[in-house]
Amino acid sequence: MSRSESTPVSDAPVLRMESVRKTFGGSVVLRDVDLEVAPHTVTALIGASGSGKSTLLRCANLLEEIDDGAIWLDGEEITDPRVDQDAVRRRIGVVFQAYNLFPHMTVLDNITLAPRRVHGVSRAEAEERARELLERLGLGGKADAYPDRLSGGQQQRVAIVRALAVRPRLLLLDEITAALDPELVGEVLEVVRGLKDEGMTMVLATHEMGFARDVADQVCFLDGGVVLERGTAEQVFGDPRQERTRRFLRRIVEAGRL
Amino acid sequence: MTVTKGESAREGADDKGDMTGGAGVSGDGYTPSERRLARERYTRTRARRATAVAALSTLVTAAVLYLVVVNAPGWPRTKETFFSAHYAREALPKVLEGLWLNVRLLLVCGAAVLVLGMLIAVARTLRGPVFFPLRVLAAAYTDFFRGLPLIINLMIVVLGVPALRLQGVTVDPVLLGGTALTLTYSAYVAEVFRAGIESVHPSQRAAARSLGLTNRQALRYVVLPQAVRRQVPPLLNDLVSLQKDTGLVSIGGAVDAVRAADIIVGRSLNYTPYIVAGLVFVALTIPMTRFTDWVTARTDRRRAQGGTL
Repeated sequence: MSRSESTPVSDAPVLRMESVRKTFGGSVVLRDVDLEVAPHTVTALIGASGSGKSTLLRCANLLEEIDDGAIWLDGEEITDPRVDQDAVRRRIGVVFQAYNLFPHMTVLDNITLAPRRVHGVSRAEAEERARELLERLGLGGKADAYPDRLSGGQQQRVAIVRALAVRPRLLLLDEITAALDPELVGEVLEVVRGLKDEGMTMVLATHEMGFARDVADQVCFLDGGVVLERGTAEQVFGDPRQERTRRFLRRIVEAGRL
Repeated sequence: MTVTKGESAREGADDKGDMTGGAGVSGDGYTPSERRLARERYTRTRARRATAVAALSTLVTAAVLYLVVVNAPGWPRTKETFFSAHYAREALPKVLEGLWLNVRLLLVCGAAVLVLGMLIAVARTLRGPVFFPLRVLAAAYTDFFRGLPLIINLMIVVLGVPALRLQGVTVDPVLLGGTALTLTYSAYVAEVFRAGIESVHPSQRAAARSLGLTNRQALRYVVLPQAVRRQVPPLLNDLVSLQKDTGLVSIGGAVDAVRAADIIVGRSLNYTPYIVAGLVFVALTIPMTRFTDWVTARTDRRRAQGGTL
């Protein structure tokens, strides 16, 4: 069912984490986390707030420095202190929960900033690609608007376009629907579904269990900074082995979120 | 009363404005309810009363002030020494002539202050061990020049530097005075810029870095533009302050507006020229102050609407 199985040539994982440990002050946020993300697959990180999902994503993008363990991107160890961190981040796209669009720039400038300044793409070329992506995500008329004139759903889709504009190898989505009104969640998730169909490799932290079950090839349940359970969506949601996973899912079901 | 008339006219306009969004004035069929009319009558009465109270209290205050000043025992003498029409006429052209120097100083120092202030502010935010001395230097600079009274700074630079009799160093009081002003004001403006830089939320920097921008690029394209935009009101405030402090270069003998007044006072022993010079400075500052207010109000309005900005 996942594309990686049908394309064995590029089966080497895009992202690999081994025994990653991260502490903030005295508290351990990630302990001994292992993760493998195959090309063209979607990995969903689920778990309660504070279980370490967001931190895991920030570590993968080197926005946080890990205490121990190692992370590889396309076989290169990116946690090696000699590695150029800016070059690593250039290959990874991130979409944040709070969108983090640049309020002083138009939508178009938000999107073309990195292609032009980081990747040396000409303005014309960058804008052409940006407009094309905006069109595809149903934001055709918004290129010259400022972010604060858009709805939350539109802002988040712009943030996705901004992350995609540099053709990243890997896309990290950090609770991208958590700040949205319920009726706007659908339009953003639709975009993610479309990206999966195009073969984008993604890791997403999410509270949308229904969506995770739908779209994820691999589901990891984090609890207290540990990957307590991992497997296909059917395994984790249908037949969880750990008691804690079962309890977490039961709470979700009771809250009417699955 | 004219006030009520104007108000009711405005209300009529408001009403139209409300309805254009709906089905149109005629199609809507809306007639104001008795409740609304009563509410508006009450608001009008209250507005009228407020205007009357304000007018009366202004009149009383002005009358009291006038009586106190005019009945002061020294008033006739004061009137002659500070408000002499004769000396005012004599001083005005000379003061205005001198003012041109203040304006030029403001323009040149203002530009220099903005550039230097920005450099110092950025130096203070640089990370990494290489920049340690630069950071310390910038911090020491702002601490020192914000603490040093401007008048002492001016005396040291304007009077002290020429006393050194260094070869090739200017003794021109205007240049030296301008340098002293720039030194002090750069320290203030640097702090304004730094506050702006720190007010930009870290998530903005995180977003920029996650796009692959280097630290310097994130600062230049994402952090600084937002920081500067936010700090325009306090920056203008400092420029207004600089504008009047250009009058202090007169202590070195440069003939600006203050010095021009000084010369006449020295000759005539009548202080009216000082009053003239003071009023001229106030007149020069008012447009700038109003502009600052306008910019501040606009920023506030935007923030109220925008949320993120």
